[in-house]
Amino acid sequence: MNYIYKPLLEYEKIMKRNKMIFDVSRRSLLGMGLLGGGSILGKFLPRETLAQNPKQYNNHFTNSAVHGGSTTVGDVDNDRNGFSPRDILTDWDGGKVSQLPNGQTLREYDIAVEEREIEIAPGVFYPAWTYNGRVPGSTIRVTEGDRVKINFRNRSRHPHTIHFHGIHSARQDGVPGTLEAMPGEEVVYDFNAKPFGCHLYHCHSAPFKRHLHKGLYGAFIVDPDPKRHPEAEKEARSRLLGTPENQEWQEFLMVMNAFDTNFDEENEFYAVNTIPHEFMKRPLRIERDRPVRIYLINVTEFDPVNSFHLHGNFFDYYDSGTTLTPSLRTIDTVMQCQGQRGILEFSFQEHAPGQYMFHAHQSEFLELGWMSAFEVVA
Amino acid sequence: MKKTWLWAILPLIALITSIGIFLSIDPLSPLGVSAPPLENLTVERTVLGDRGISLLVRAEGSKPMQIAQVQVDGSYWTFTQKPPGAIPRLSTAWIDLPYPWVENETHHLNLITNTGISFEHTIDVAVATPQFTLSRLWGFTLLGLYVGVVPVGLGMLFYPSLKTLGGQGMKFILALTLGMLAFLLVDTLEEGLELANSAANAFAGSILVWAIAAISFLTILTIGRSRGKAPEGQSLSTYLSFSIGIHNLGEGLAIGTAFAVGKAALGSLLVVGFTLHNLTEGIGITAPLVKSKPTFITFLGLTALAGLPAVLGTWLGVFAFSPHWAAIFMGIGVGAILQVIVEVGSYLARTASKIGGTWLSKISLAGFSAGLIVMYGTALLVNF
Repeated sequence: MNYIYKPLLEYEKIMKRNKMIFDVSRRSLLGMGLLGGGSILGKFLPRETLAQNPKQYNNHFTNSAVHGGSTTVGDVDNDRNGFSPRDILTDWDGGKVSQLPNGQTLREYDIAVEEREIEIAPGVFYPAWTYNGRVPGSTIRVTEGDRVKINFRNRSRHPHTIHFHGIHSARQDGVPGTLEAMPGEEVVYDFNAKPFGCHLYHCHSAPFKRHLHKGLYGAFIVDPDPKRHPEAEKEARSRLLGTPENQEWQEFLMVMNAFDTNFDEENEFYAVNTIPHEFMKRPLRIERDRPVRIYLINVTEFDPVNSFHLHGNFFDYYDSGTTLTPSLRTIDTVMQCQGQRGILEFSFQEHAPGQYMFHAHQSEFLELGWMSAFEVVA
Repeated sequence: MKKTWLWAILPLIALITSIGIFLSIDPLSPLGVSAPPLENLTVERTVLGDRGISLLVRAEGSKPMQIAQVQVDGSYWTFTQKPPGAIPRLSTAWIDLPYPWVENETHHLNLITNTGISFEHTIDVAVATPQFTLSRLWGFTLLGLYVGVVPVGLGMLFYPSLKTLGGQGMKFILALTLGMLAFLLVDTLEEGLELANSAANAFAGSILVWAIAAISFLTILTIGRSRGKAPEGQSLSTYLSFSIGIHNLGEGLAIGTAFAVGKAALGSLLVVGFTLHNLTEGIGITAPLVKSKPTFITFLGLTALAGLPAVLGTWLGVFAFSPHWAAIFMGIGVGAILQVIVEVGSYLARTASKIGGTWLSKISLAGFSAGLIVMYGTALLVNF
């Protein structure tokens, strides 16, 4: 009596894979094969009783406003989390600024590791490890040549570090055994900011993968100093936060991250700035006539590659942001491996106002949360 | 007298008090038990309609469970839950997904709770779930009749030829009946345990099947022998019909479910298979009647008792179906079949001793084996 369908289903799968059966006739072919002539029963029964004729089931399924129903349900309580993915877009942290005797600008930061449960998707709570209570951590934004000093406190139950991507001494590297803060300890990182570009920082304690995917990462942006780049001073000034040229731009930080909520080494939720679908449900408003610059960083674990695809437009891309001329021109999709990052520049000046999506072009990530849109307004 | 009363009540009061104390002072707190709650989720029904996919889920968390998000084929999908909110332990809720599912293809669902734990559910072959209409009900009634009533009735047509058999022939037929029953016993037990596995863990389904089987076996045996002797003749046939009836209820359930979840391609084949498969049941039921003079009404009644449950099973399988209830029915079936095995066995022993022999003989071995082989052989048509 165990006429479970599995063997038959396997057969169907194999046949389908090999394109040996066409969808329309598959079922009837099998029926014929099994009973050689088929539905004896059909002659005795009302036709519609056992009829399972193919129908079209692709209409009026949902009146959901968000992308045909392909979305997470509900909203994250940003207040309870203590941070919002939208604020993180523009939340540049210049630190506590002072002048050193040699005239160098000193930027001081206090960063603490805390273990916190955060709502990483509507209704889904994740036991995160955080820099300063948020994921991603504070966006450290300095200028090329600044002195950076980080007072790093570990308030958690595991050892942690901050490993900066930058040019620095081995003594400042923030790896196990070097400036690693044990629980309750405090260490100080102290280095010159270089090279200019879009970088990141993250914990480098072992086990490495877990320390990363639990949430210990953040952006480290080093703006170019125009004085050092006379050949491209204009470009450098437009990058340097706070200059009139820079204020023309609409700048956003987007950290592509993901969460493995059931710890099976596969991500359940993908996003930029932690919260899935946030910018799909409430598109990111941009002014049509001002150019857009995106600091894009990939910290996704488990999946080797993430990507950024822009609808209806193309952009210039500066890999690692370490050049003032684009490393890739006029593309609409860029991929980044784990830890890779770069700067995107584009403009909607010639475009009609409206919604322009941007998302990972891995459909898997897109459908699991990394789906967003710009609302371009005139 | 007063004191003995007191000793019946005092332990209960002490028990309630100790539970109350345990719950109020929380003696486990020094153990540092702060682990996340245990969660489990069972999908009991899947309904595919022109508005999407609906799942009936039963929560088995140590605390009420909150379904936060649902993926269909690796995509988060909008859904509604009835009733909304956290689902208490052993309660159920409907999850409705307006998802454009694709006819005849496989869909994978993944339900994610507020703690980030995920529970997978696969729809092997997506076909529209039959909705309740009178013509459908009639169709499935006919299906049940073909599977249950027709073959049993046809088997009974052998009755006149059974009457002409001598003692040895009778031994053969009774042993054949035993062989058939042995097959049904294993089959029903397997079916029950399989259903138990798909039921919520908290119901401890397999223990339930065994326990119900033991209780129903002893109950039916006790009822059967309440007049001081083993049932024979018409009453033995009635017990046979009853036990076979419950087994056929299980077959009906399986067929109904097969139709409901998209295995209908097998329908015609199954019906022909079961007609052959269940023919032997009709022969077995009439075997104890050889010595008596049953009326036509008796045959009708026995056929109905053995066959009609297949109709009921088909209805349940198609329109409403919870695996733990079905497992309980299968448990009753196991007990009932075991009871008739005992009674037919003892009848065989008595028949054998009357003609001067023992229950164990070449003839009865041949009959028993024939019963098993026929059932196994015809089952080849219905096993997938």
